Amino acid sequence: MAIKTQPVTVNLGPQHPSTHGVFRLRVMFDGEEIVDVEPVFGYLHRGSEKLAEERTYTQIVTLTDRMDYVSPMLNNQAYMLAVEKLAGIEPTQRGVWLRMIAAELQRIASHLVATGFLLQDLGALGTPLIYAMRERENILDLFEMLCGARITNSYLRPGGVFMDAPTGFWLALDRELVDIVNTLDELEEYLSGNEIVFSRTKGTAVLAPELLINASITGPMLRASGVDWDLRHRNPYDYYDRIEFKRILHTASDNYARYWVRVQEARESVNIIRQCVAQIEPGPVRPSFDDVPRLIRPPKGDAYVAIEGSKGELGFYLVSDGGIAPYRMHVRAPSLINLTLLRDMLIGGLFGDLFVSFGSVDLNMGEVDR
Amino acid sequence: MIGLGLPRGFLVTLKNFVRAPVTVQYPDRHVGLFGAAKEAGMNPFRFVVKRPVDSIKAIAGLATVPVALEQSPRFRGNEFTFYEDRCTACASCAKYCPLGIIEIVSVPGKIDAQEGESYKLEVFDIDIGRCMFCGLCVEACPYDALHMGTKFERSTYVRDELIVTLDELNAAEKKPSSFYRPQFEENAFDPYTETVDDHYDAGRHERPSDEDLKKKWVDER
Amino acid sequence: MDPAFLDNSLWRNIYCNLAGDSAGCAAREYSAGMLPTGMEWLAFALAAAAIIGLFVNGVLGGVIVLIWGERRLFGRFQTRTGPNRWGPFGLLTPVADAIKTMFKEDVVPKDADRILFNLAPVMIAAPALLVFSVIPFGVGTYVADLNVGVLFIMAVTSLTTLAVLTAAWSSGNRIAILSAFRSVALLISYEIPMALALVGVIMLAGSMSLGQIIGAQSIPFILVQPLAVFVFFIAAMAEMARAPFDLTEAESELAAGYLNDYASMKFGIFFLAEFMAEISTSAIITVLFLSGWRGWEPVPSHLWFGAKLILVLFVIIWFRMTLPRLRIDQVLKLAWKGLFELTLINIIVTAVLIAIWPEPTTTRLWIMAAVNWPVAIISIWAVSKLLGTSGYDDTEPDSDAPVYPVATEQIPGSAVHISGVTGPDTQARISSPANSHIEQGGN
Ligand code: SF4
Ligand code: SF4
Repeated sequence: MAIKTQPVTVNLGPQHPSTHGVFRLRVMFDGEEIVDVEPVFGYLHRGSEKLAEERTYTQIVTLTDRMDYVSPMLNNQAYMLAVEKLAGIEPTQRGVWLRMIAAELQRIASHLVATGFLLQDLGALGTPLIYAMRERENILDLFEMLCGARITNSYLRPGGVFMDAPTGFWLALDRELVDIVNTLDELEEYLSGNEIVFSRTKGTAVLAPELLINASITGPMLRASGVDWDLRHRNPYDYYDRIEFKRILHTASDNYARYWVRVQEARESVNIIRQCVAQIEPGPVRPSFDDVPRLIRPPKGDAYVAIEGSKGELGFYLVSDGGIAPYRMHVRAPSLINLTLLRDMLIGGLFGDLFVSFGSVDLNMGEVDR
Repeated sequence: MIGLGLPRGFLVTLKNFVRAPVTVQYPDRHVGLFGAAKEAGMNPFRFVVKRPVDSIKAIAGLATVPVALEQSPRFRGNEFTFYEDRCTACASCAKYCPLGIIEIVSVPGKIDAQEGESYKLEVFDIDIGRCMFCGLCVEACPYDALHMGTKFERSTYVRDELIVTLDELNAAEKKPSSFYRPQFEENAFDPYTETVDDHYDAGRHERPSDEDLKKKWVDER
Repeated sequence: MDPAFLDNSLWRNIYCNLAGDSAGCAAREYSAGMLPTGMEWLAFALAAAAIIGLFVNGVLGGVIVLIWGERRLFGRFQTRTGPNRWGPFGLLTPVADAIKTMFKEDVVPKDADRILFNLAPVMIAAPALLVFSVIPFGVGTYVADLNVGVLFIMAVTSLTTLAVLTAAWSSGNRIAILSAFRSVALLISYEIPMALALVGVIMLAGSMSLGQIIGAQSIPFILVQPLAVFVFFIAAMAEMARAPFDLTEAESELAAGYLNDYASMKFGIFFLAEFMAEISTSAIITVLFLSGWRGWEPVPSHLWFGAKLILVLFVIIWFRMTLPRLRIDQVLKLAWKGLFELTLINIIVTAVLIAIWPEPTTTRLWIMAAVNWPVAIISIWAVSKLLGTSGYDDTEPDSDAPVYPVATEQIPGSAVHISGVTGPDTQARISSPANSHIEQGGN
């Protein structure tokens, strides 16, 4: 006797513990197998790009903090590079080193969150997540020392940062770098040989590098498929050309490869920070107000700058009409663009892998919806 | 190696099991007998003899001691620290605020010992219910009159109570954060233990001597 | 009255105090007689009520302590403190939780089948409590010593799935249904290795009565039956739907699954039943494999039992905190291809050993242990090979060499080097389909 079966459509989110924010997935299941996926987003839309049109260039920094709220420093950096290109501002040496240190710390924090949440999606009941978060907490403490806030940093200003690091910072940074390596060791000890993690993540949601390139996917997701594409190396911004670092690549392009690439990149970031600390020199952290006034009026024109964000190529496009506020701002949000392959990742997979694959994209709804 | 992954994971969790917790308990922390005795400044035996009730409470896990959170001196908190005497009512802060939540009404006519004739503030309201503590207003203030505060507890049941008025700002405890105020950092000022009551000490410059002031504002006129 | 049940000292104390039934009690030198003769039925009913009250409340008290203890332990595993605010060491937290749960609004969805929806919590609570009736918590502390105790436990624990299915079906929620299907699949798969794992123990003890199984354990059966412990522990975790087998609740996938539409105390009862299942499972493991209440003399048997119970609970919590969840196909594969074989090996080896040495004495048990451990290690290793861990590649690529070459060429007017794709092995990698894990059998 044939049993008649019928696919069911289930609505996952926007209120769901694993949607990494407010995200909705309309999924059609045939038993446990995913037949169709329809992502619905926009729940966290705050109109940041529109709001930017009536803010001065300095004030917009506060908006960028809130886009990808897991890596605000990187958003600050991308935005400030765009402003500097638009207005032709020459940043100060020390300011650039400081923001590179901050950005790399932020990359570690963001990768820790991504790794922790990937394992949370695997169902590890929060233990690895808390180990990762514990370390991120210490990084945020460093940010508090630097700029007085943990998430809403607004640390960067056109041409540098608003204030030099306080005296205790460098010692704390040294200690923290050792801690980060220890935590990464611990996470790897815990998970990299773990058979359950292996069997859950290896070979799931495999994406071909061609497909990734064609969908203009960037970041750890792309590098996990073996494509050597890291803007810090390809198109060095700030002083990344003075830094030696290893590009982390994996060939498998599955969920495990993405996890692995993130952990190794966090390790490499520690290395980058060490080099930055070795090369930083005393000096002003931002240009004097005679060179760069508080209220900048960039000449008419436009500028696009992309940096290697924690989630991929993070670009800011600014159009100036000569006024104190940009005529238009657009953000190339890696989270949104990395989501475009969601259907290819999920369809044909099992329900149990849905949120793991989804989490391996490392998306942030604040950035997707902006 | 395959096969050892799970046991290694178990060891990692067990190692963390015996680690001291990282939880920061706030506003008070639960202590045992030894902690309570240490807090009272006695050795445990003396504590048990002197304060039996407290020691029973401590053994039963009910004793608490207050905790001050560790914050960086640059912490951008609410309770803005404001020195009216330094303020010229230039409204830079109001213009710089991305949210436009600082309301300033000024009238001419105040004579200040340092700055001479200036505007007098009538209204200086900050709606910290909408404030995002970005610090741009503090950065914009040319006279170091406005500073970020260091506190963070200001929950109320009514939104309107979150509008800080001039009187409240003046009455508030002066614990300025060293955010964008390098002069505090140079003096190694710690807002969690010290206060800056004198507005002269909050500025970027040396405190002028009385003769200087007299020379500048009285004799030269 | 048939005095068989009077073997149980708990019953005897209460019943004989009340009735002083000469036939039953005098023979056992125990007779207080508070009720007039001829009222034995009343004494019987009162004694039963007292015992039930004692056990239910004892179990609930245990659950409360377990909820607290589990959360504290969770906290410690995650380097937190866990709940410590309300009451000494946070002991009153579960009480506060219970009060909060009770005062929540009791929502019944519009599409729900009301009768079944309300029946499901009862259906899950009753079997969870029933299991406790056969467990000996100490010398003479049990409600009934059934001669088919093990069978009874297996039968009663499988009822929970019926309740889960009822709850899911009646709430008319698709996510709940998905969860219930998982639950049924899990139960059908794990019931078999679980029952078979116990066969070895039953053969050794020569009885299905829990009391006699404890009596037979001159050394704990965990030493004699390592394979059985291994399988039973995993299968029991799956039956309880605890991590790594918490597929039915799967917080990060199904968001509480079949409990989705339950609120207030109905949810609370599911919650309690879950914790009761945890206690009863630990108790069963204690009885079957850790020699129950047996221990060295001066320490009372109840303490021995409690200590062993807490040890097992700790291990269960440790497992929960450490292991990520398995996928449904892996879970089922593990049951049918892994645990099932292991139990068969265990049964054969034990049967052969018993055929050689019937009437196992302590020495013989030690010899059996010496035989069983190598068998266990070899067979677990072999089965894990069979399950296909060989597909894993735990070497990481050398990240210095670009694996997918990207040609760099200067785009006019841009400082950015843009890629042209000239990978030699492009075709090979593209052909790997997105759902390849299904073909690889879930690796
Ligand atoms: S801290 Fe920022 S938001 Fe708050 S009043 Fe100052 S400028 Fe406005
Ligand atoms: S606080 Fe500072 S910026 Fe604001 S009005 Fe007064 S002097 Fe001007």
